[in-house]
Amino acid sequence: MKRKDDFEERRKHIANLSDEELYNRFWETTEKVVNPLLELGYKNTTPSVERSVLLRMGVSSLDTQKIVENCMDRNLMRKGAGHCVYKLAKLRDISIREASIKLAEGDGWNEVAESFKEVK
Amino acid sequence: MADMVLNRNEKLDVDEILKDLEHYEPRRRGWTWRKPVENLQMGPFTYRQCSEPLKQGVPLPPAKYFDGIDPQPIETITTEIASGRFEDDIRRMRMGAWHGADHLMVIRHMGQSHIDGLMEGTPQGIGGVPITRKQVRAQRKAIDAIEDEVGRPINYHSYISGVAGPDVAVMFAEEGINGAHQDPQYNVLYRDINCVRSFVDACESKKVMQWAEILQIDGAHNANATARDAWKVMPELIVQHAINSLFSEKVGIKPENISLSTVPPTATPAPCCYMDLPYAVALRQICDRYKMRAQMNTKYIDSSTREATVTHVMNMLISRMTSADIQSTITPDEGRNVPWHIYNIEACDTAKQALLGFDGLNEMLQLNMDPEGPLVKTVRRLKEKALLFMEEIIEVGGYFQAVQEGFFVDSAEYPERNGDGIARQIEGGIGYGYIFERDEDYMAPVTAHYGYNNVKQYGADEKDPAALIGGCTFEDRSKIVFIDELDEDNVDNRLAELEEYRHGTKVKPEVEWCADGTILITMAIPTNRRTAEVVAIEIAKKMGLESPEVISREVLQDAEGTRIEIKGKVPFDIDLAELVIPPEPKFLTDAQLYDEFENHPCTVVCGTVGNDEHSVGLREIINIKHGGIEKWGIKVHYLGTSVPVEKLVDAAIELNADCIMASTIISHDNVHYKNMKRINDLAVEKGIRDDVIIVAGGTQVIPEDAIKTGIDMGFGRNSHGIDVATFIVEEKRKRRGEASLID
Repeated sequence: MKRKDDFEERRKHIANLSDEELYNRFWETTEKVVNPLLELGYKNTTPSVERSVLLRMGVSSLDTQKIVENCMDRNLMRKGAGHCVYKLAKLRDISIREASIKLAEGDGWNEVAESFKEVK
Repeated sequence: MADMVLNRNEKLDVDEILKDLEHYEPRRRGWTWRKPVENLQMGPFTYRQCSEPLKQGVPLPPAKYFDGIDPQPIETITTEIASGRFEDDIRRMRMGAWHGADHLMVIRHMGQSHIDGLMEGTPQGIGGVPITRKQVRAQRKAIDAIEDEVGRPINYHSYISGVAGPDVAVMFAEEGINGAHQDPQYNVLYRDINCVRSFVDACESKKVMQWAEILQIDGAHNANATARDAWKVMPELIVQHAINSLFSEKVGIKPENISLSTVPPTATPAPCCYMDLPYAVALRQICDRYKMRAQMNTKYIDSSTREATVTHVMNMLISRMTSADIQSTITPDEGRNVPWHIYNIEACDTAKQALLGFDGLNEMLQLNMDPEGPLVKTVRRLKEKALLFMEEIIEVGGYFQAVQEGFFVDSAEYPERNGDGIARQIEGGIGYGYIFERDEDYMAPVTAHYGYNNVKQYGADEKDPAALIGGCTFEDRSKIVFIDELDEDNVDNRLAELEEYRHGTKVKPEVEWCADGTILITMAIPTNRRTAEVVAIEIAKKMGLESPEVISREVLQDAEGTRIEIKGKVPFDIDLAELVIPPEPKFLTDAQLYDEFENHPCTVVCGTVGNDEHSVGLREIINIKHGGIEKWGIKVHYLGTSVPVEKLVDAAIELNADCIMASTIISHDNVHYKNMKRINDLAVEKGIRDDVIIVAGGTQVIPEDAIKTGIDMGFGRNSHGIDVATFIVEEKRKRRGEASLID
């Protein structure tokens, strides 16, 4: 978009604000800009968010991407990659680390997918 | 594990750092500020804006005139390190810390922001180091030892951006990183990472940073560096700072851990202070809840380090006339090189010097806040423009829509628009299509996870999701998986190749890597610029330098000459095993000399002997203005030039002098030694030899040969008053039967 400088026209509605009013209006407006962005983060997840969950669960960084890719292939990202590892650990009564290694190797995904269906 | 202890006279041993690294644990979380000291007394001075001094450090060069004091300003001082080899960065970190840096910022390898996942091992990088767990842990361990050595906590910093932001944030939280850049707008505008992905990832990254109490620095200053006319983006800069700051605060980061990366937008020959100051004031008034990291202008940096240094000093005037919690430093060679060790240090010293020089200035100078004056009016205009910019973002449908319409980094000053902003599609960019909505039973059993998390389905407390797995790595470090090396490109192989330089006797100059061999030469070539460049390269070749390159050229006058700086590599080593290094001469201190000559007054008669009209050398030795012996209270009777030796000895008798000092420049037929012998013989003849010290000096004098003539000492080329004064004291003490003050 090209536009000539229309500052004088554009500022009319804020010209009479005190400095404090200008400050408050600025931050209220900023809040309107950032709120929808926070909402997106609240509702959604991404491969890197899920990898970071897996890392905190004690999964090797060499396995996190493999697990997340399997989740994406099986439409399980919406459940959480960490959730999948947690599920397999419970289902097989093994440690989180062991479950993560199995899933990274491609083993256990059917069990995990089934268990989510059962809950629904 | 016992901590490593560094010795100031020994090189930091990278092998020692790498040893047992898999078990190293960081000492603390979070950022540490300097501790201000009210009215700090150091030497003869009182400081109003200084902090607790270091245990050890390298003071500014003129500190030798002030008992070596090394006051530390209140601002945290940053140095940015980017050699590509973390093992060499570690050594530079130590140099930086000794020069007053307590915020060490490690630049990432070019392209890492597009790598989907953590990198591991220690591969070599370009423009920075690949940030990996091993590299971070090794540097953290080294910094812990360095902070003990200098006696001040050091903040370690890197980047949480790119498509693996949350992965990196977790690793940083686990490894004791204290500060990080995090700003999703940076990903969107400059890395073309999908905007939705960037903000979803940023929520997670920031949540982790909140847990680890990592100080966040934003990326808004990049708009300044990218824009066509940097000063025109001021309203937008305020908008970018505000968006990231409030977004971060709402994720949970405390305002005191949110720092704006702000830069004075312009530089000379623009009237930069007049333009930069209102912007700095406007930003600080609007973003008053947050910290300020004052960056230096890089947009208009050229290849003259002198010019860049002056710009940076002016930038620090802006810092001090407004505020800065962190004073960043940009190496003044950034316009021509990957920064070099020496320029990191130069930049740290520039910051320390300028901030000390401005100490307490605010008690005497204040901004002119006249409501009708140019400062207040410009501040108001900038704030209004920022508000209007923010309002227009809402009008067009929000942030993503505004990015898509090219709102940002437009070359016109808002609200004027040139239509050349950076536009990014909502449905495009790297990572597009990788956003997944969370189901009702979505769950992540970890600490510091942002957003919806149904742990209740397993009966867990929402405040402690990690309890489901008995604690995550944030509660139980033993769960962290440490990966050592993945391939041949690693630190062990690099170190092995350099063994003879690291632990052997070989020495090569260096600028960024151990034994890189690079040196810099400055020269004035009496030709036009283009010719001078070619001539300089030929000179370098004839000197035997490899890969010579002109890195700076400044015209002295179009035809008369050009100042050229070249860099090149020396193709040889120096072997210390073949070198004889004479011991350094020892001097008495000023205090010792003042004390001695007060308690034992000393009279010297002196002159240039023989048919010799030279007087400069002797005057240098005597004159208080040149650091001569008068300075310490020695009484000097100067008899002039071409003084007969008899006159010198007679004057010594008449004045009851303690010392005869003869200058002998002319040396044909060894006349200088003959004169020394005659002075000695005359003093013996007249019975005063035991009462006087006889010394002689001159450019051709060799001390050992002078002593052979019977006198007490000779002083050759490059001798100074301090040499002579030290000798007189030591000789007088010997004759009084007192111990030497030096040994």
